[in-house]
Amino acid sequence: MTAAVAGQTWCDRCGEAAVAGAHEQCAAARALEPPRYCGRCRRRMKVQVLPVGWSAICVEHGEIRS
Amino acid sequence: MPEILDQARDQVLHNGVGLDEAGVLAVLNLPDEHLSATLQLAHDVRMRWCGPEVEVEGIVSLKTGGCPEDCHFCSQSGLFTSPVRSVWLDIPSLVKAAKQTAATGATEFCIVAAVRGPDDRLMKQMREGVAAIRAEVDIQVAASLGMLTQDQVDELVDMGVHRYNHNLETCRSYFPNVVTTHSWEERWETLRMVRESGMEVCCGGILGLGETVEQRAEFAAQLAELDPHEVPLNFLNPRPGTPLGDRPVVEGRDALRAIAAFRLAMPRTILRYAGGREITLGDLGTRDGLLGGINAVIVGNYLTTLGRPATDDLKLLDELKMPVKALSATL
Ligand code: SF4
Ligand SMILES: [Zn+2]
Ligand SMILES: [Zn+2]
Repeated sequence: MTAAVAGQTWCDRCGEAAVAGAHEQCAAARALEPPRYCGRCRRRMKVQVLPVGWSAICVEHGEIRS
Repeated sequence: MPEILDQARDQVLHNGVGLDEAGVLAVLNLPDEHLSATLQLAHDVRMRWCGPEVEVEGIVSLKTGGCPEDCHFCSQSGLFTSPVRSVWLDIPSLVKAAKQTAATGATEFCIVAAVRGPDDRLMKQMREGVAAIRAEVDIQVAASLGMLTQDQVDELVDMGVHRYNHNLETCRSYFPNVVTTHSWEERWETLRMVRESGMEVCCGGILGLGETVEQRAEFAAQLAELDPHEVPLNFLNPRPGTPLGDRPVVEGRDALRAIAAFRLAMPRTILRYAGGREITLGDLGTRDGLLGGINAVIVGNYLTTLGRPATDDLKLLDELKMPVKALSATL
């Protein structure tokens, strides 16, 4: 699961609108970071990083996992 | 050969006596042309006083975010506008994480909580979690839960926690620029109690917080005075929303020079590559560090950021003919 934009309304790293500027840095950073914002509604997600993988929960849109 | 490296060869490599603050500073100030000789010497020191084994560890966050402290590098402080939200890990997930860590061959599993110090809820979670791991997984359990009271130290010993991590983060003179909600001395006090309890002391810090080269040398000397069993070295990975979020990352060459210098200050410690190595040094940096004084790694992900896959590190250790330290060797 690698987002930082592509088909999302909000950038899952910085939480800004996907159309507001390029998010190349965010996309690059996401290689070594889990998402922090829900790409659909911009809510901050509850993120648990584990030694292997991660999970992120949006109260509205449910859970995504690596 | 610069004089300081000749001195280090004699004093550190042959006699096992670490460099003092002035010596560390001289190493940190060596020009780039001497970097490979410095790394080679640090590697020789590590092989001579620690051997070829590499200690492999996994870490997990039991309680993430919402910390009341203000460590300026930390995305888990509740005082900054960091996007990291507070979340607790349940016991079954904790045990699963320990199993996954053990499956990589790691002998150490460190449970971390973003707190000033443990409250009753956290100690209860630790009691249950550590007991569950010890019943099901063959791995040593370490903990990092902030500042402790004597009762909490005793309780952790009782649970079977064999090593306690509490980083001084930076040298004493620079600490007030990085943390204002508690003091370096308070951290030192927890370390003193941990040491006296018989638990192994794990204490390191982060380079690249804005400290000067002199302060890096000061830090190495202060750690050497503490003489911890393990020193985890992190490099700042600037986190969005934190006061240090816009700082540049440490230059690769400076990071490697620091690794070598810390090894020359502490010939016998377990010197662990911790967070930020991927950002600061890229994929090649792991190899350079392991050939420059490092003899332990954190594999897999960190607490709020991701690491490179454990398999990549294990493959590299195999290539370098550095055996993963076995559990029997640590008991
Ligand atoms: S005490 Fe630990 S978790 Fe809390 S802000 Fe400082 S480094 Fe972060
Ligand atoms: Zn973005
Ligand atoms: Zn959502």
